[in-house]
Amino acid sequence: MSARMNDKRLETIIGRLLQVGVFLAAATVLAGGVLYLVEGNSGRVNFRDFTPGGPDLRSLAGIVNSAVHLHSLGLMQLGLLLLIATPVARVAMAVVGFALEHDRLYTVVSLIVLAVLAASLIHAG
Amino acid sequence: MVWGVSFLAGFLGALTGLGGGVVVVPALTLALGVNIKYAIGASLVSVIATSSGAAAAYVREGFSNIRIGMFLEIATTVGAILGAFLATRIGTHALAIIFGLVLIQAAYQSFRGNKGGEESASSDALAERLRLPGSYPVDGKQQEYGVRNVPAGFSLMFGAGTLSGLLGIGSGAVKVIAMDRIMRIPFKVSTTTSNFMIGVTAAASAGIYLSRGFIDPRVAMPVMLGVLAGALLGAKVLVHARVQTLRAVFAFVVLALAIEMIVSGITGKV
Repeated sequence: MSARMNDKRLETIIGRLLQVGVFLAAATVLAGGVLYLVEGNSGRVNFRDFTPGGPDLRSLAGIVNSAVHLHSLGLMQLGLLLLIATPVARVAMAVVGFALEHDRLYTVVSLIVLAVLAASLIHAG
Repeated sequence: MVWGVSFLAGFLGALTGLGGGVVVVPALTLALGVNIKYAIGASLVSVIATSSGAAAAYVREGFSNIRIGMFLEIATTVGAILGAFLATRIGTHALAIIFGLVLIQAAYQSFRGNKGGEESASSDALAERLRLPGSYPVDGKQQEYGVRNVPAGFSLMFGAGTLSGLLGIGSGAVKVIAMDRIMRIPFKVSTTTSNFMIGVTAAASAGIYLSRGFIDPRVAMPVMLGVLAGALLGAKVLVHARVQTLRAVFAFVVLALAIEMIVSGITGKV
């Protein structure tokens, strides 16, 4: 990375990062979805009543474990998790970018946003 | 059906900078009978996809302002966490009614058009100190713009974050009001920066949604992929689109959904 970092360059890098993140997430979700249909599940499930699923779809460790065992639901959920991680990575990238610009004010601003996001995601861990 | 609805929602959401959630949640709950908690979970995920997927295109056009976005995200993310906690404590009927009221506000906002929201060439002191003003391309030339009323905009952004976390929407409508009307930022800068902010805001409530079981992959999968495809197309069209026409079309759709949503909430159908 060059020493000369400016807002335009930073935005371009972040834009591309977001694109890659979304692409990876969408591909994972799609793979899980195809697997789900191949397993012979129809789209017909009752979603009228709200019944939270098991811990393997609601916690970080559970989702990863389920996806590694190639369970279709776990794989889809892993893709969604990747998607949720994408904006977090974007903010982390902004922290680095503003630091390279020697912009102390916006390095701190980005760090605050990152801390808030971390606080929320720890809840799901 | 879910795919088609999601595609259309993503397309409209990207065009107006308001996110696909405002169309996708009512469509899932009203037309397909999905519980609103699954619907807002799927919607929240899809707005992250919309926001992130379209971001690269907007950056190329040079409309969005990363500093304005990052600064205001402090307010929206804290609000989003509050909203997500509220969502886990409120019943489905109440959620539906609140959703409808928010839709009416969004429709009204679109109908009113951009009469008062003139751009400001100058900035006030706080905006200057935060280095928020920027420039954007108009007819091939870079046009400078000022930023005003930062505290009021920041407060409204907190509200936008709360709504986003509560209802699983991008709440781009409120974000655009805060920037376009209150902070006097040009409309295209406001909508694209809003689009940028939506993903980060939604990510702040996603952890809470996930741990409470709001995000079911069987609902979220088609919604996310459909909305994403629609949004990517929408972002391509945006640059050539006429803002005024967009608003009128969107207002009509949203108002119809709002009424249906409130009626269903009151009669207990949702």
